[in-house]
Amino acid sequence: MKDLRPKDISELFSGQTEKTTLRFITCGSVDDGKSTLIGRLLHESKQIFDDQMTALESESRLYGTQGEKLDFALLVDGLQAEREQGITIDVAYRFFATDKRRFIVADTPGHEQYTRNMATGASTAELAVLLVDARKGVLTQTRRHARIVAMMGIRQVALAVNKMDMVNFDEAVFNRIVEDFRQFAVPFEFARVQSIPLSALDGDNVSSPGNRMAWYEGPTLLDYLETVETHVGKTSAPFRMPVQWVNRPNPDFRGFCGRIAQGAIWPGSAVKVLPSGVHSKVKEIVAWEGNRERAETGESVTLTLEDEVGVSRGDVIVSLDDPPQVADQFEATVLWMSEHPLVPGRLYLLKIHNREVTASVTEIKYKVDVNNGAHLAIKTLAANEIAVVNLSFNQPVVFEPYSANRTLGGFILIDKLSFETVGAGMIIFALRRASNIHWQALEINKETRSALKRQKPYCIWFTGLSGSGKSTIANLLEKRLHADGRHTYILDGDNVRHGLNRDLGFTEVDRVENIRRVAEVAKLMVDAGLITLVSFISPFTDERRMARGLFEPGEFIEVFVDSPLEECERRDTKGLYAKARKGELKNFTGIDSAYEAPEAPEAHLRTKHESPDVCVERILQLIKPSE
Amino acid sequence: MNFNQLEAESIEIIREAYANAANPVMLYSIGKDSSVMLHLARKAFFPAIPPFPLLHVDTTWKFLEMYAHRDRMVAETGMKLITYTNQDGVAAGVNPFTHGSTYYTDVMKTEALKKPLDMYGFDVIFGGARRDEEKSRAKERIFSYRAPGHRWDPKVQRPELWSLYNTRIKKGETIRVFPLSNWTELDIWLYIYHEKIPIVPLYFAKERPVVRRGDAWIMVDDDRLPLEPGETPEIRMVRFRTLGCYPLTGAVESSSGTLEEIIAETFSARTSERQGRLIDSDQAASMEKKKAEGYF
Repeated sequence: MKDLRPKDISELFSGQTEKTTLRFITCGSVDDGKSTLIGRLLHESKQIFDDQMTALESESRLYGTQGEKLDFALLVDGLQAEREQGITIDVAYRFFATDKRRFIVADTPGHEQYTRNMATGASTAELAVLLVDARKGVLTQTRRHARIVAMMGIRQVALAVNKMDMVNFDEAVFNRIVEDFRQFAVPFEFARVQSIPLSALDGDNVSSPGNRMAWYEGPTLLDYLETVETHVGKTSAPFRMPVQWVNRPNPDFRGFCGRIAQGAIWPGSAVKVLPSGVHSKVKEIVAWEGNRERAETGESVTLTLEDEVGVSRGDVIVSLDDPPQVADQFEATVLWMSEHPLVPGRLYLLKIHNREVTASVTEIKYKVDVNNGAHLAIKTLAANEIAVVNLSFNQPVVFEPYSANRTLGGFILIDKLSFETVGAGMIIFALRRASNIHWQALEINKETRSALKRQKPYCIWFTGLSGSGKSTIANLLEKRLHADGRHTYILDGDNVRHGLNRDLGFTEVDRVENIRRVAEVAKLMVDAGLITLVSFISPFTDERRMARGLFEPGEFIEVFVDSPLEECERRDTKGLYAKARKGELKNFTGIDSAYEAPEAPEAHLRTKHESPDVCVERILQLIKPSE
Repeated sequence: MNFNQLEAESIEIIREAYANAANPVMLYSIGKDSSVMLHLARKAFFPAIPPFPLLHVDTTWKFLEMYAHRDRMVAETGMKLITYTNQDGVAAGVNPFTHGSTYYTDVMKTEALKKPLDMYGFDVIFGGARRDEEKSRAKERIFSYRAPGHRWDPKVQRPELWSLYNTRIKKGETIRVFPLSNWTELDIWLYIYHEKIPIVPLYFAKERPVVRRGDAWIMVDDDRLPLEPGETPEIRMVRFRTLGCYPLTGAVESSSGTLEEIIAETFSARTSERQGRLIDSDQAASMEKKKAEGYF
C-alpha cells in the first residue's frame, strides 16, 4: 500500500464512505486450509502489520504445521487452546479491505460438533466460501456446510477448491469436484455458485492468478469477493421497523427508536403500528446532525409520529399499505445449541426482533440429518441437531418468513432458568391463518379481551349436593387450567355468602336471589374473558336455566357433581348434615329441601366411582381449544 | 454506506443494551475509541442525554492532557462521571516501575475495574474494545457474558446470531457490551475526521520530552518518572497511536500534526497500534489471560 499525502485524505475518505461492506463466512475444516486461506487474504490485502508478522514467524516455529513455511492459520486461531490443538473452536471475525470493498469474515469451525458455531457465523453473512480439499473432493462435511449455509439464508457461494498444488493443478480434478457439487447442491437454490481452483498456501488464484493454472479463466477469489452482487432491492420492500426503545426525555417528545429492517421512510409516510393496528404518519426523522429527509434499510433512526399513539418496545412500525403478518403459531426450522435437549411442551423464552415471548415446541415434525438431508422421526432434539417444528407463542408477534427477511423471521430460544441461549430458529410460515386478519384498532369487547388472554371464556357451573365434591373438583380444575396459562376465577358458594350475598339467608327466595347474583357476576367475568368456575349447590332447575340464559350458546357448561346423599352425609366434611339432622339447620338441601337433579348437564360426574382427576379430565375435554 | 452501516450497528447495540439493562455504565478511558463510543451514545439517545454514567478507572498515572480532556467532555455531554482509583493499590505504593507492568495492571486496572462495578452494582458495562485489535478479541462476543467475579470463559460464550442479543442474566452476573466490535483502527480515525469528534491532543505530533526505553519513546509527563542512570529527557517530535498510563505507553516519532496526516500515517502503517502498549508483549496469549481475569 502506497504512502498517502494529506491532500489524498478527502479522496480517501469519500472512497471509504462509498465502499460497501461484504460479510462472508468461510466453511471447511482445518485440513482444508481454511484458516490458511484467511491468513493469506489478510496478508495479501496488506492487513498484517510488521510486528504481527514477527510474532507469526516465531509462533510458526513453535506451533506451525507447515514446516519451514509461514503458518498463516496462526494469524487467525486466537485462543490458546486453538493454537495448541491446531483447530478452530469458536467464531472469529476478521477484517480487511481492498480499494473496492470492506470485508468482515466469520471464520468458523467445520466439525459436526461445531454446527452451531457455523450457523452463528452464517447468520450475518451474505456469502459463503466453501472450501474443498482437491485431493478429497466433495465430502460429507462439504454437504453439511452447504446445507447449513443454505438453511441460514445464504444465496451466494464460492466453491474454493484448495490445495490444487497437491494434485498437480489438474483441471480434470477440479472439473469433477465442480460437477459433483453442482449436482448435489440443486435443492439448495443458491443464486450462484462460483467455483475457483486455488492454493491458499502458495497464493495461486487468491488475489493473483499465478501461472500454474492457465486453463482457469474465471476470477481470483479476491476479484470475485470484490465484485459479487449481494442483496439488492431491499429498499423497495415495504417499510418495517421493530421498535427498540421509546425515547422520552421530556413530556413533549416521544421518539421511536429502531433499526429499519426493510424499506424506506420519510416525513409524511403513512404507517401503522402492529400488533395494535393504530395508524399515523411519520412527522420527523430526528437525528443528531439535523432532521433527515429520508431513511432506509439498515439505518438506526428515531421517528416521531403525527398522532399520540401508544407504541412500545417490541411493536413494529410498518407501511400502512403493505403490513406484515401477525401470528402466534408457526412452523419453523430450529437449530439446537444446548447440551440439554429440546423437549416439546417445555416453555422457553423466545426473542424475535425486539419482542420477547414465552414459547413452546408443540411438535417436532422431523429432524434433518445435516449430512444428507434425510428426515428422521425423533422425540427430543440434541445439541447441533436441526429439526422442523411447530411452535406456539404466548402472544402474537409481527413477523416475516425468514426467507423474506432475516430480521423479522429469525429468533433465539433462551432457557428460562439458566438464561443460556439454547436454540436458534427461522420461521417458515404461520400455522394459523392469522395472516388474513389485518389487525384493526377495535372497540374493546369480550372478543378482544379473551383474545388477549388467548382463550375462550366459559362459565363452568358445578351443581350438586353439599359434600358431593364440587369445590374439590373446581379447585383441581382451576389448578390445571392455570398451569396451562389460562385465566380463571372460582366463585364458591361459601365465599360469596361471606361478602356479596351476606344479606341473604336460606329461604327459597333468598336461594334464588343468591343464584341470580352469582350468575350475573359470572356473566361479567366471562365478559372480561375469564374462565369462570361457579361452585354452588344450586338445587333448582329453573335458576340453573336462568343462569344458562345469560350466556352465549356454548359458553355455559353445566357440571352435575353426582354423589348419593348417604355418601355425602357419610363424608360430611363441614359437619352440616349432622346439624341439619339435629334440626339446627333449616332448609338444608337433601334433608328438608329438595335437590332437582339436572336432566341434561354437559357433564355428569359420579364422584363415588370417578376420582377427582378423572372428573377434571372430562371437563378439560369439553373446553379443549379447537385446533 | 460504509459508515452508515457501522454507525447504525453500533447505535443498535447501544440502544439494545440500554433497553435491557437495570443499571448500565459506560467505561470511559478517554482514548480515541472511547471518544467514538461516547459520540455514538450521544447520537443513539439524541435528543436525550445518554441515560447512564461514565466510569473512568483512574490509575493516577494517566497523561495530564487526558484528565483535562475527560473533564471537558463531561461538561460538554452533561453526563455523570464516576472516577475510581484502587486506593489499596495507592496505599501500597503500587506503580508501573517497581512492581512490573503485569502486577501493576492487575492491581490498578483489572482490580480497579472490578471493584467499582461491584460497588455500584452495574449489570451492563459498555467498553470500546474492537475485534481487530488482537486475536483473542476477534473471538469476543458483542454482548459478552461474565460470570460472577467478572470472569470471562471463552469456552462458554453465548452463541450470538443475527442481531439478537441474549441479555438475560442472574444476580451477580454481568454483560460487557462492545459497540465498536466491528470497527477497525482506520474506521475509527475516518469517523473522528468525518464527525469532528474531539480527541486528546496527544494523538497529534508535537515536540515532547521523551526518553528511549527499549523500542519505545516514553514521555516524561510529570516528575514521577524515575530516570535511569545516564538517561536524560530529550525533545522529540512524537505522537501516540494509543493512550494509557504514560509510563507504559510508547510514543512514535511522527510529524503528523493534523487528523489528515494521522489518517495517512495510519493507512500506511507497518506496525499495529497495540505495539505501543507495553503490557501486551509479555506473552502471546496475554490478552486472553487478562480478559479471563476480568480485564476489558
